[in-house]
Formats: sequence, structure tokens, C-alpha cells
Amino acid sequence: MQFMLLFSRQGKLRLQKWYVPLSDKEKKKITRELVQTVLARKPKMCSFLEWRDLKVVYKRYASLYFCCAIEHQDNELITLEIIHRYVELLDKYFGSVCELDIIFNFEKAYFILDEFLLGGEPQETSKKTVLKAIEQADLLQENVDFQMRLFAGVMVPNMVSESSGLFQN
Amino acid sequence: MPAPIRLRELIRTIRTARTQAEEREMIQKECAAIRSSFREEDNTYRCRNVAKLLYMHMLGYPAHFGQLECLKLIASQKFTDKRIGYLGAMLLLDERQDVHLLMTNCIKNDLNHSTQYVQGLALCTLGCMGSSEMCRDLAGEVEKLLKTSNSYLRKKAALCAVHVIRKVPELMEMFLPATKNLLSEKNHGECELVPQLVRILKNLIMSGYSPEHDVSGISDPFLQVRILRLLRILGKSDDDSSEAMNDILAQVATNTETSKNVGNAILYETVLTIMDIKSESGLRVLAINILGRFLLNNDKNIRYVALTSLLKTVQTDHNAVQRHRSTIVDCLKDLDVSIKRRAMELSFALVNGNNIRGMMKELLYFLDSCDPEFKADCASGVFLAAEKYAPSKRWHIDTIMRVLTTAGSYVRDDSVPNLIQLITNSVEMHAYTVQRLYKALLDDISQQPLVQVASWCIGEYGDLLVSGQCEEEEPIQVTEDEVLDVLEGLLVSNLSAAVTRGYSLTAIMKLSTRFSGVNRIKKVVSIYGSSIDVELQQRAVEYNALFKKYDHMRANPNPNVAVITIHASNSTEADMTDFVFQAAVPKVSRPNPAQIIKCLCFEVLIHGFGLRMRIKLTYTLKGSPVQDLAEVNNFPPQSWQ
Repeated sequence: MQFMLLFSRQGKLRLQKWYVPLSDKEKKKITRELVQTVLARKPKMCSFLEWRDLKVVYKRYASLYFCCAIEHQDNELITLEIIHRYVELLDKYFGSVCELDIIFNFEKAYFILDEFLLGGEPQETSKKTVLKAIEQADLLQENVDFQMRLFAGVMVPNMVSESSGLFQN
Repeated sequence: MPAPIRLRELIRTIRTARTQAEEREMIQKECAAIRSSFREEDNTYRCRNVAKLLYMHMLGYPAHFGQLECLKLIASQKFTDKRIGYLGAMLLLDERQDVHLLMTNCIKNDLNHSTQYVQGLALCTLGCMGSSEMCRDLAGEVEKLLKTSNSYLRKKAALCAVHVIRKVPELMEMFLPATKNLLSEKNHGECELVPQLVRILKNLIMSGYSPEHDVSGISDPFLQVRILRLLRILGKSDDDSSEAMNDILAQVATNTETSKNVGNAILYETVLTIMDIKSESGLRVLAINILGRFLLNNDKNIRYVALTSLLKTVQTDHNAVQRHRSTIVDCLKDLDVSIKRRAMELSFALVNGNNIRGMMKELLYFLDSCDPEFKADCASGVFLAAEKYAPSKRWHIDTIMRVLTTAGSYVRDDSVPNLIQLITNSVEMHAYTVQRLYKALLDDISQQPLVQVASWCIGEYGDLLVSGQCEEEEPIQVTEDEVLDVLEGLLVSNLSAAVTRGYSLTAIMKLSTRFSGVNRIKKVVSIYGSSIDVELQQRAVEYNALFKKYDHMRANPNPNVAVITIHASNSTEADMTDFVFQAAVPKVSRPNPAQIIKCLCFEVLIHGFGLRMRIKLTYTLKGSPVQDLAEVNNFPPQSWQ
């Protein structure tokens, strides 16, 4: 995998993981173009597209688009499974995860991703093992600041889409 | 100095901004606070500040002033600091900046840390963004970790090693022994090498229902795919390895459950592997049949990968792919653009002498209804296929007509001369062709390629048109004046491109040797002698000259008058000037009466052996003179016999 992007339906970036070295400017350009391209796709179209010289695999879960760029010899169908597995991990960790969780706990989303994929490849295929590792690592953290899940009072109207679980349609 | 605000607090605040400007203001304020906090070397809150910076970076704001702070966090002893520090490094640093090298020492220390999660962080970062220098420096540490008894670390080390080898291929030797040892390991995190791989794969499919590894009832699909991928690499140019894998590949291909995407993902990988290694033909046919089944799947993703793969194998396994032709042709009607394109490419690849009529019907129907972005390619494809496999000349002409009338404006410019050539060679179809083209012109003169070809044909075969000689279909009644009306109409129409006007003027001129109403033509030509269009003007002037100088040739409607038109065009981007075309023929005096053919501007002598002409082109291109000499001796016999 060359990179993975998570973005909302309005095109706001929620997570970006790059496995190839690129300058900030290039990353911004790629992100902008790819987000536009994917958002322009109609719902009936397939999850794969050719973009520049890469294959792009994307899937929408509720209000979030998960988008991966892979190389020509990579298997698109298994990439879809990788995306799904990542969503499952997030779901297990946050408990019925929604976009808001990822917005307010973006660093956790990264930590989970880094336990699941390394260098763009899945490093651990057991859900349980990944989650256990995260749990242990979390325990190591002494700082209380980065614990929390979201509390109700913080929500602002118009965030209905962001608070709907990723597994709902 | 009050404690810097917490991360979540900041996120909440920024999200309340109602405009971009408001957001920018908040961000700038916070950045200023963070900067001063960094300046004060505040250890307690560095972590919090960097995390906030990372959030702002994701929103698109510059955050490079935090790079060094990330390094300080990595060097800290607190796990929280390290976690955010490494994350920051992965997001803010990249190997092009020298700053990243400062990480090397920290990573080295952390690779040897007592806590496995710290080691894990270091491995992850190195495996994600390690530059070649870093990889070189740290390869030894990674190799050490490959041999550790800790499985958590081993699997990370393995993937990190993959990255290291990609960056510094020479280091591969160093990792080989450790890799071999990884094989005899029950943990699913690592794997490699053929017979052992085969065994592992076998075990995976046959036994071992391990709930934590499975997806929809298939045991550890990620691992299966990985093993298959590895088999692919190993078997690629190796006959023995390929043979060793044949059985297991067939087994996976037939035993894998296909109701869910994950099963199909494994099948797909199997197909890719079979195609890449030196597999036996039976296995390849099996693979193609799997792809054929994919084509019928409801899931469009699966149809898409099937078409892509079939396109790759159509050259090598042509016959096997042919069996799925009708399904492929059905995909032309799919809603998805990428699927349609692939289906089109594949369809053209499958056209042959046997299926040309059926396929062409489908492809022409597709041409009618497809999006403009496809039309040019489809039209070119149709022309190529028709040229190769046309069952009859009539069919060929009809097909060309169909393309010109339905997608005429999308046809490529270079098709026009090719089509003209084609038509010229189909001698018996001339009358039919010119008639059909004429009728098409009456309907629609907006499609330039169609108009150009039609003009040329009318110029060439206008006599057949007015004499109503068509055998293939009901000949139409048309007079010379009507034909000239149409051609003149093209000259004045706004729809006609400059090139098209050139064609029609030349056609009108040519008709002066075929039609009897020469005066009308003379008048038209002389009018255009003062046309604003330089090209037209030049032609008109030269034609005028012909009328004056060579009128005597016109006097006897001599069947021996052969008109040779040359088409010369400049396809370079530079201007070409001083273009001179000279033709010479060998003068052969023979006892047999030689026939003299006079054509447009040159006298050409022929003798019993045929028409030979030597030509010389000179012109100036980009300021330098160019000269070209050639001999033309492949004039069609009809022109001089």
C-alpha cells in the first residue's frame, strides 16, 4: 500500500497515512485531487479506480470514506478486506465507532492503524491480538489527558452524520 | 503561565468556527501559544502541544516548527511522549529533510528498550518512513529482533526488514538466514518459502478453524493471500517451484468458498499467481474459468477485477478467453465507466475472422450509445478490426459508413487518408460508396471526417454518381448541378473546417474532367482565387492556371487521362516553407507505341512495364532545408493500362 486517506463527505481529511516518501506539497496535491475524484463517483460505481499510475480502492462507511492507493500487482479485493478489518478494529475499540470518535481521538486511530499495518502490510491478522496490544500500550500511558471518549454535552447540532455509527448505512 | 489547553478542548473550539477566517484566527492564536511554550522548553506539556499541532496539521496548516519537538518527545522516557513523538515524526518529517536523521540514534536506543511496546513503536516508524541511510545504520538491530523469541516483535521486525530491503537491496543477504528460521513458527504473523509454504497453506485450508483469525468462515485470508503472493514471486521464473505449487493452487482454486468478497479475494490472488508463474495449461484454463465466473458475479468490483485480469491474459491464453466472449460483450452495457472501458478493450482483442459480424454489431451499437470519451478509441478500434477481418468489401464499406455517420466527429484525423486509401482499393465498390457518401452529405455536413471523405470520393467518382451506375442498391438520380451545389455548399458553410474546404475545392476541380458543365466550375474556382483563406486561394489560383494552360487536354475526353493527386501535410509543429514537389519519369523509347498520359501538372511516359515516377521533395523546416528523393512505382495497374 502506498497511502491511506480517511475523509468526510465534505472532503475534510480525518486521517492520512503515507507509506511512501513525499513532500508536504505533493501530499496536499495528491490528497486534494484524489478526494475530489472519489467524491465525484456515483454510488453505483465500483470501488476501484485507476488514478495516475496507481490503483485506488475506496469504501464508504456512513459519513467516512476510506481510501487506499495500491500498486499494480496488489490485490484490490483483499485491500477491501483490509479496510473492513481496520473499521472492525476501530469499532471494537471505540464501541460502535462513528466519525466523531475519529475526529476527537485521531491519535488513537493512528495507533490502532499502526498496530494493524506496518509499512503498508498487515502485520497481525488476529483481531484479538491487535486490540490486546493497544490495550496494553494504553495502560502504559500515565497521562490522563488522552483517555477519553466523547461526552454528550460537547455535540453540536448538524453532526448527525458524524455521530452515526460507521456500520450503519 | 496557564497550562496550555487540552487537545480535545482545542478540537471542540476549532469546530465551532463558522467561517474559514474564524478558524484561521483560532489556529494562529493557538500556534502562537504553542510556539512560546516550545521556546520555554516546557517538558510537561510538550506532548499535549505537539498533539494539538498534529491536529492543526491535518486541517492543512503549517506545522514544521514542531519537528524538533517531536524528536525531543521521542527521546523522552515517558511512553506517552514517545507515542506522540513517533506519530509526529511519521506525520511531519520525511526522508528528504536532514532533520529525520537525528531520529536514528533514538530509534536505535528504542529498538533495544526493555518494553516491547517501545520497541514496537521504533520498528513501526522505521518500517514506515525509514530512509536508506537510517535503514543502513539500523539494519543490524532489526536483524537481531528477527531472531527474538518474542513473537510480537518478530512479526514487526519482519515487516520492517521488508522495508529495509526495499530501501537498501544490498542488505538482503543479511536477512536471509533469520528469515529461514521464521518458517517453522505457529504464529500467523510471519511466513516465507515454497514447499513449506505449500504445507502451511494446505493446513490453513484444510484444518485449523481459528476464530480470531478468520473472516466469514475462511481461515486467515490475509495470510493465505500473502502466501499466494509469495508463491507468485518464487514461481515466476522457476519451473521447479512452479511445478511444486500446481496442486495446491488447484486445490485453493476449487475449495475456496465464493459467497463473500473475502473468498473471491483469495481466488483472485490465486488466479494472479497462476498467471504469473510457469503453470501448466490445465491450471491456466482453470484460472480463466474462475475469471469467467467472476464476470457473472453481481458484485461489480469482482467484475471489474475479472475484466482487468482477462485483458492481461488475452494475448497469451486467447482461446480460453474467447469462451467467455458473450459475457464480456454484455459488460459493454454496464453502468460503470471503468468496466465499460475494459470490456471495450477486451472485445476488440477478441475479434477474429469467425466472430467479426456478431462482434461488430455489438461494438457499433456500443459506439452509438457510449460516452464521448470512448468514441474516438472505439471508432479507431472498429476501423482496425474491419480492415483485418472484413468478410466482404461491401460489409467493410457499410461499417465505415456507419462509423462515420454515428461518430463522425470523433474519428481521428489520420483515419481520413487511411479510409480514402481503402476506398480507392475497393474498385468494384466505388459507385456504391460514392452514392452512400453523397446521401450522407445530404443529411448532415457537420461531421468533418465524413465530409472530407465524401468530398474526395465525389471528386474522384462523381461520374459514377451522376450516371447512376450503382449495383449494390437502388441508384439515385442526381444531376451534375446538384452535386456541384452540394460541394459548393460545403465551401460556404460555417460548419466546414479549413481542411474540409480544401477537400471540396479540389473535388470540384477534379469534376471538371468528369463533368460536362465546366464553365460553372471555372467560375467557382476563379472566385476562390481571391479567397481570404490562403490555402484555398493558392489552390484556386493553381487550378485556374490549369484551366488556362492545359485546356487542350480536356478537349478529348481521354480515358487515358489519369489524375494523380498528391496529399502532402505537415504534421510537425514547426512551419514548413518553400515546399516544392518535382516528378520525373524515365523516358524510354520503344518500338511499341508508348502511351502518353497527361495528368494534372506533369507529363508521364509509360512503357510496357508500368508507370514509374521519381519524385523529389524539397522544403524548409525550422529554417533548415530538407530534401527527399524517392521513386514511386506501385501505381495501381488500372491507372495506366
